Amino acid sequence: MIVRPYGDTLDDGAVQLSFTLPVPDGPRGREAARLFVEKLGFKHAEIVHSQPLSEGFSFYVAYGKTELGIDFDAVQVEEATGEQVYSMYEACDVIKEKLGRKVVVVGACTGFDAHTVGIDAIMNMKGYNHHYGLERYSEIEAHNLGAQVPNEKLIDYALKVNADAILISQIVTQKDVHIQNMTEFIELLQARGLREKFIVCVGGSRIGNKLAVELGYDAGFGKGTYADHVATYIIDRLIERKSAR
Amino acid sequence: MESKLALSQERIDRARELARHIVSPVQDFIDEHTTLTVERATLRLAGADGADQDGVPVPNLVVDQLKGKLEDGAVVYYLNALVKTGETVDGLNRKIAQGLKIVDLPLGDRSAIDRKAQELVRTFGERVKRNRGHREAKLKQFEGRNSSPLLYVIVATGNIHEDVKQAQAAAGQGADVIAVIRTTAQSLLDYVPYGATTEGFGGTYATQENFRIMRAALDEVVEREQRYIYLTNYASGLCMPEIAAMGAMERLDMMLNDSMYGILFRDINMYRTFVDQKFSRMINAFAGVIINTGEDNYLTTSDAVEKAYTVLASQFLNERFAYEAGLPARLMGLGHAFEMNPTIKNGFLFELAQAQMAREIFPEAPLKYMPPTKFMTGDIFKGQVQDAMFNFVSKATNQGIHLLGMLTEAIHTPFMMDRSISLENAKYVFNNIEDLSSEIEFKKDGLIVERAHQVLEETVAFMETIDKVGLMPAIEQGQFADIKRPRDMGKGLDGLVKKGPEYYNPFEAYLKNELGLKA
Repeated sequence: MIVRPYGDTLDDGAVQLSFTLPVPDGPRGREAARLFVEKLGFKHAEIVHSQPLSEGFSFYVAYGKTELGIDFDAVQVEEATGEQVYSMYEACDVIKEKLGRKVVVVGACTGFDAHTVGIDAIMNMKGYNHHYGLERYSEIEAHNLGAQVPNEKLIDYALKVNADAILISQIVTQKDVHIQNMTEFIELLQARGLREKFIVCVGGSRIGNKLAVELGYDAGFGKGTYADHVATYIIDRLIERKSAR
Repeated sequence: MESKLALSQERIDRARELARHIVSPVQDFIDEHTTLTVERATLRLAGADGADQDGVPVPNLVVDQLKGKLEDGAVVYYLNALVKTGETVDGLNRKIAQGLKIVDLPLGDRSAIDRKAQELVRTFGERVKRNRGHREAKLKQFEGRNSSPLLYVIVATGNIHEDVKQAQAAAGQGADVIAVIRTTAQSLLDYVPYGATTEGFGGTYATQENFRIMRAALDEVVEREQRYIYLTNYASGLCMPEIAAMGAMERLDMMLNDSMYGILFRDINMYRTFVDQKFSRMINAFAGVIINTGEDNYLTTSDAVEKAYTVLASQFLNERFAYEAGLPARLMGLGHAFEMNPTIKNGFLFELAQAQMAREIFPEAPLKYMPPTKFMTGDIFKGQVQDAMFNFVSKATNQGIHLLGMLTEAIHTPFMMDRSISLENAKYVFNNIEDLSSEIEFKKDGLIVERAHQVLEETVAFMETIDKVGLMPAIEQGQFADIKRPRDMGKGLDGLVKKGPEYYNPFEAYLKNELGLKA
C-alpha cells in the first residue's frame, strides 16, 4: 500500500513546513521561500505567512503538495522492545517467577551532560506521566547516580553493586557531543573486558535503537520511552541469558 | 499591594524567623572561611587577568603558587608583588603569565601594600559604580519601554559571535533580557577560561571577554530600540565569585546565583558552596546585579504539586542568605516554575495560586518565573498552548522576570524562529490581559486560596523540621529534592581554607562597608 501525507482528501499529499531564511523579509524573500519549497519537490507551494526576525533574517510558514509516497508494507522498524511491554506489577511478577532475585540497575547522565530529566523520568520513584520509575519497582534495585558522571566512575559503581544493567542518559546532542561520549563508554567497557557483563542501554530525546546498536549498545530508547519499556527490555534479556546458560 | 489570598502574616513571619535561625549557624561557618575561588575573585577585583601559554588564567597561577599560604589571603602577595616590582597591574599579569613566582618575593612594607590596596580598591569601586550609574541612567532614560514582566530569552550556540546575532535579533523582536547559557562543562571547571570562545556544547563559555563582546552588542540594540536590554550569565558552579566579579566589571545586569543549587544539583561540596555564594552575592549586590535563584530545579526532579513547599522554603532560605550578603529585596529574583503535569485537573488554578502566593509573600522581589520544560514534548503545537497558559499566569500575577518557554523545548536549543514565535505569544497575552491582575479577586475558600494556604502551611512545617536538625544535616539526609549530599563529599572541598588570624582582604572589607554589613 502506497501512502502519502493526508490533508483533507486521500492522497492529496499536503505538507506544512516552517523555516527561516537568512535574507530580509519582503516580496523577494517570500518568492525565494516559495521556490525553495518547490525545489524540495512540492507542487502548489504556497507561503502563507512571513515575518522579519531581524534585519537579515525572515521566517516563513509554507504549504505544499507532494506526489511522493511510501510503501507502507515494506516499512520496518527497529525498536528495542517488541509489542509486549510489562506494567510495573507484571514486571515484578516476571522477575520473581523467572529470575528469582532482584535486578540491579545503575543509571546516570554521563560526560558533561547535566540534564537529568531523562534518567529521572526512567528511574525516579515518581517516574513520568503516570509511569512509575524503576526505584518504585519492588524487584529492582535502582541506583540513579545523577548528572555529569564520568564514564569510568559509572563502570566502577556498576561493578561495586554488581549491576545487571547500566542505563546512560544523553540529552545534550549539540555538535554530536553525545556520540563521542557514548563511544568512549563502550570502548572503556571493552578495554576492561566488561562489555558482556552488563546489559548496556542508552536513552535520550534524540537517541534511537538503531544508533545505539551501531555504537555497540544493547539497546537505545528515544522519545516516548517510560520505565516500563526499559524494564521490559532488561528483564527479557536477563531471562534469555539465563536460559541460554 | 492588596492581598488576594488572605495569607496569614503570622505564618509568613514564622517562616522568615525560621529561615534566619536555619541560616545563622551556616553564616558563622562562612565568615570563618575562604576558598580558592574567593581568593581568585579577589585577585580579579584587584586586576589580575590574562592567561599563560597553556591557557591557565593568571588568578589560578597566583593561587597555585600560594598553596599553604592562602589563610593570609592571596591578594596581599599580589599587592606586594606590585609594590616590589614597580609594575602596573597589566605588567605584573604579563610577568606572572610568563612564569614570575610572586610567592618568592618576601612580604615588604605593610603600609606600602595598604596604599596599593587602597588604590586598586578605588579603581575597582569606581569602575563598578560607573557601570551601575550607566545602567540606572539608561533605565531612567528608557523608562516604560520594557515589558512587564521582563521578557527573558536564552542564546546557546556555543560561539559568542553567533550568540551575538541571535541575541541582537531577539532583543530586536522584543526580548528585555538575554541570557547566554554556559557550555555544559563549565560549572565543574575550577577556573574561568580566558578570551573570546567559539566552541561550546549546549552553550558558550562564560569568559570576561565574551561578557564584554555581548555587552557591547546589546548596548547597540539599547540605543536602536530605545529600551534597556539586561544581560545575564551564571554565577554558579565552582567559580561562582569569580564570575560575579567579571559580571560586575562588564556590567552584567542579572546573574543566576543560588545558595544551594550547586550542592544539590551539581554535587559541589556544601562548605565550598556556602562560602562561595556569600562572596559572589556581595559582589552582585555592590554591582546592582539582580540575582536569579534556581528553585525551578526542585520541580524538574520532584513533583510540582507534592513538592511545591520545597520551592517556597528554598525561596525563604535564598532570601535570608541574600540579606546576609547585603542584597536588597529589589535585587532578589527568587525563582519558581510552571511545571505541573498538564493532565492534572485544575492544574492551571494551582499554578495561578502558587504564582500569586510567591508574589504576595515577596512583594518587592522581581520574581523569576520559569516556563514548562518537564512536560514539553515533541508536539510543538501543544507546546505553544502550554506556553500561552504559562504567559497568562505570569502576567495575571505580576511576576518580575519571565523566562520565555519555547515550543521546541523538548527538541533542541532554540532556533531563531522559535524565539520569535515565543516572543509573539507572550506579547499577545501580556497586551491582551494588561490590567487583568487589578480586575480579579479570588473566591474566599475557593480552590486557589486554599491551595496557597496549604503550600504555606506545608512550607512552615518543613522548615520547622529543617530548623530542628540544622541545614547541613538536613542536606545530608536528603531533605531537599531527595538528594543526599554528605558534608565532606562533593567537588571543590579541597579548595576550602580556614581564614588565619592575619587574613587580609581589603576588597571584602570595602564591599562590606559599602553594603552596610558588619566587618
